[in-house]
Amino acid sequence: MSLTILTVDDSRTMRDMLRLALVQAGYTVLQAEDGQHGLEVLDDATPDVIVTDINMPRLDGYGFIEGVRADDRHRTVPILVLTTESSPEKKQRARDAGATGWIVKPFNPEKLVDAIRRVAA
Amino acid sequence: MDPMAEIKATFFQECEEQLAELESGLLAMEGGDDGSETVNAVFRAVHSVKGGAGAFGLDDLVRFAHVFETTLDQVRSEKLAPTPELLKVMLRAADVLTDLVRAGRDGGTVDEARTEAIAAELNAFSGGEADAVADDDDGMGELDFQPLAVGVPAAPPAPEGGGWTVLFKPRADLYAKANETVLLLRELSRLGQVEVELDASALPLLPHLDPEGSYLSWTVRLTGDATEGAVREVFEWVDGDCELQVQPASGADVPEKSDAATALPGPEAGGELDIASLIAKAQEAAVADPPPAAEPTTADAPGAPASAAATPAKASANAPAAAAQAAPTIRVDLDRVDRLIDLVGELVINQAMLAQRVTEAGLARASSVAMGLDELEQLTREIQDSVMAIRAQPVKSVFQRMPRLAREVASATGKQVRLITDGEGTEVDKTVIERLADPLTHMIRNAIDHGLEKPEKRKEAGKDPEGVVRLSALHRSGRIVIEVADDGAGINRERVKQIAIDKGLIAPEAALTDEEIDNLIFMPGFSTASEISDISGRGVGMDVVKRSIQELGGRISITSRPGLGSTFTMSLPLTLAVLDGMVVSSGDQTLVAPLTAIVETLQPRSSEVHGLGGGARVISIRGSYVPLVDVGVSLGYRTEPLEPEAGVALLIEGEGGARAVLLVDAIQGQRQVVIKSLEANYRRVPGIAAATILGDGRVALILDIDALVAASRANEAPRLMQAAG
Repeated sequence: MSLTILTVDDSRTMRDMLRLALVQAGYTVLQAEDGQHGLEVLDDATPDVIVTDINMPRLDGYGFIEGVRADDRHRTVPILVLTTESSPEKKQRARDAGATGWIVKPFNPEKLVDAIRRVAA
Repeated sequence: MDPMAEIKATFFQECEEQLAELESGLLAMEGGDDGSETVNAVFRAVHSVKGGAGAFGLDDLVRFAHVFETTLDQVRSEKLAPTPELLKVMLRAADVLTDLVRAGRDGGTVDEARTEAIAAELNAFSGGEADAVADDDDGMGELDFQPLAVGVPAAPPAPEGGGWTVLFKPRADLYAKANETVLLLRELSRLGQVEVELDASALPLLPHLDPEGSYLSWTVRLTGDATEGAVREVFEWVDGDCELQVQPASGADVPEKSDAATALPGPEAGGELDIASLIAKAQEAAVADPPPAAEPTTADAPGAPASAAATPAKASANAPAAAAQAAPTIRVDLDRVDRLIDLVGELVINQAMLAQRVTEAGLARASSVAMGLDELEQLTREIQDSVMAIRAQPVKSVFQRMPRLAREVASATGKQVRLITDGEGTEVDKTVIERLADPLTHMIRNAIDHGLEKPEKRKEAGKDPEGVVRLSALHRSGRIVIEVADDGAGINRERVKQIAIDKGLIAPEAALTDEEIDNLIFMPGFSTASEISDISGRGVGMDVVKRSIQELGGRISITSRPGLGSTFTMSLPLTLAVLDGMVVSSGDQTLVAPLTAIVETLQPRSSEVHGLGGGARVISIRGSYVPLVDVGVSLGYRTEPLEPEAGVALLIEGEGGARAVLLVDAIQGQRQVVIKSLEANYRRVPGIAAATILGDGRVALILDIDALVAASRANEAPRLMQAAG
């Protein structure tokens, strides 16, 4: 059964790239344009994994992750943070918010799928 | 198209948006906006460009964006104040970034020295922190994932005896972040043969069990030649959320147990508790569950939708959310839109013809056919508007190129300028937008180079040393009006007139109104620059600007007040496909005059018309003389001039406010007509702009107002001036 992945990124380019890689890998893809939108999508969807950017307008990745974890229905969904920001404190901040792991941009499809495989049953 | 190429196209499109965002954000900051949302938006724009550029291997772009981003990050975190000096550098950095993006898109190179210089300036502000971070970034990709994929064969040999003993005790935090022990153990099992032992001794009795607590720990014996780094890599994401010990396995330990647990532990291997076998089963299930194909090829795009369609189970449940997320825009070939516009044009013509037939058939207005036709007409009009709207775009795309231009011109001319843009959301046909860029560029250049004074001069005149150029757009009566206004010295009329006389453009004794003098700058061959600057002196003058505006069916005019500045006003049609016209007849011909050019219609009297000899006539309208153009004679429909009383006069205004009166036989009515290019279908005809098809199926020619006005001026202007003087 195909897993559903929610991608949250304000960049259309990044959303397209994620979708291409994920769909080709056989996943079903949901998309949101920022954290706020991501939470709205989660109102009626239950993805198996969430891949989110950090720097986004309206609600950034940290806030989004906290929002997801605060929602009983989604508190156990693995969340991968997708970011170019590799400084340890930023990773730590994402983890403190409840992120499961991270993927550093630029990513290739293998990297992405590998990371998802690491957190998805 | 190859999906990656398509994404790349999206990337560059998005870059343009981000660059615009960047620039407007920086300009807002320069204007004193220090809100964190603005700073964040600016940061995100650069960040986003960098992120995408990395994916497409645009290394130069990534490097520069990184330096820029580092500086912005410090501004964002308030380590660095956005001083005017820093903002100036950042605005120039935005220009460099733009060039790098364009070079990435279109090929070509950018001035490396300039890029380096700006990067150095940014580094000077940020303390050169960027380099360190860059190293970090470069290393990340491999750090995170390489060992999992191909690290094993390449890794240095494991210690003598082989393998590792991993002690793993998760804390509750690990589970709270949705990490799973079973998945971690599965990862570990990819590195070699594993033997897993569960320690459930810490598990309390049920009444004391915290469902979210963590009570289990595992000891994993891993055989194989995995490195310690690869083993620790598995636990990278849970570092800090668990106790982890990785020790070289003792040589004796592994062989001893290896027959008991060869690969994954069976139900019997775990021992004391059923939980162990449950875990093991889960593990087996997890491994058995085929992971998604890990090596998609970019070439098999058609396969992608198929594989998505083949897995409808989850998709159907989530379909509404996914559908709601569908891209809000689609890209369509312009040709298709144009074909649609053509067809709608035909539809409009057909509908008009039908209406005429119905009228001819003598059906009552209230008849169902006539009423149905009214509805059809309304629908047709709506379809036409909607189709035109597809081609409409905000002028923003052109306007947003101007701030950069203004900066460059200002620095090349030693002037200080603030460009204020307004009405960027005003929409107009795509073709108009595309052809607006050149004239607008030239006008902004002119406004700064010729319009604004040098800072010292402005100070002397008691003005702010920083000049203001205002670029605005708005819709007015079915046209778009674009203004370029400066607060400079205004037109030096004496000098303009002298130059025109020197160049033989006007007679020395000509008595010109201020307005007429101002309009001299639109004359071919006129240039007020006493020295050829490399900004405006590129061989094009305002006459070229005027011509390109005219070609778009537009008009341009200037108003100027000495010491206070000049304003250039352009008025352009919203679309080049339809025209509101006045249908007139002349001789046996039906003609269309663009409604926008008609100031008023009048009934001329013979007493108001004066001959000037050579067949030229003028008409006196409220005390001023205006050349009279007998359309029938001008276009060769008849040889004898029409008696004024026998016809109707249309007072028309061409570009620059030049007026003439067209004498026609009769007015048939007003109508929206679809423009058919005469040049494309026949050939260019002087005095005729285009053609259209009327409701009765006849072809009607659309008058070229400006050509008619110009012709009337060319023939009669010198004599006119004498008469007036």
